[in-house]
Amino acid sequence: MVVRLQEWAFDAGAELNRFSANVTSSKVNGAGAVVSFTGVVRDTDDRLIRMEIEHYPAMTGPAIEAMVDHATGCWGLAGALVIHRYGALEPGAPIMMVATAARHRADAFAAAEYLMDFLKSRAPFWKKEVTKQGATWVAARDDDEQALDRWT
Amino acid sequence: MLNIVYFAWVRERIGLPREKVETAAATVADLVAELIAREERYAVAFADISALRVAVDQELVGFDAPLAGVREVAFFPPMTGG
Repeated sequence: MVVRLQEWAFDAGAELNRFSANVTSSKVNGAGAVVSFTGVVRDTDDRLIRMEIEHYPAMTGPAIEAMVDHATGCWGLAGALVIHRYGALEPGAPIMMVATAARHRADAFAAAEYLMDFLKSRAPFWKKEVTKQGATWVAARDDDEQALDRWT
Repeated sequence: MLNIVYFAWVRERIGLPREKVETAAATVADLVAELIAREERYAVAFADISALRVAVDQELVGFDAPLAGVREVAFFPPMTGG
């Protein structure tokens, strides 16, 4: 399991290749399925200057590690990777990525979805959009909160 | 002494990221009532408790959570990670 919190950008392709090589080479884990998701700073109408992400350093790491532990036990993961950035991010830049590995794809997909749902609403990050018109905190969405219900 | 930390617009409305307070509050809700009574900016930040989340010692809890033995309380809006 790898959980990384960082200010700097990352290369999602390179991270995925490294993760895949690690989980598939292991004779013990024997993963046959790798699923990944990358979130990117969206700028649909060309007004975003940057995205600022604040977090709660003392809580963020432990909270994400608990999610990954739960997912690993629930779906028998051979490996999991979570990278999440904070600080100032440019439009088009990667925000975060999740990768999961399991023997079969259904478990890898389910674990990745679980991790995404919980990272959205239970990891202590707050996004602020800085545009030419000013800065606004991104509001949490009701359907993101409701998405957690399917895992209980 | 209890550490209180604020994030996102809660931090902006109160105007500081963290502070230490001397309090006899038994629960988070009692602490919020004490803060609201202190100054207008707290009243503004805590006007709608349903729009806020709270963590004690880095664990998400409800506003009825007890404060006995707690070292740090954090107030923030619903999280927007991912």
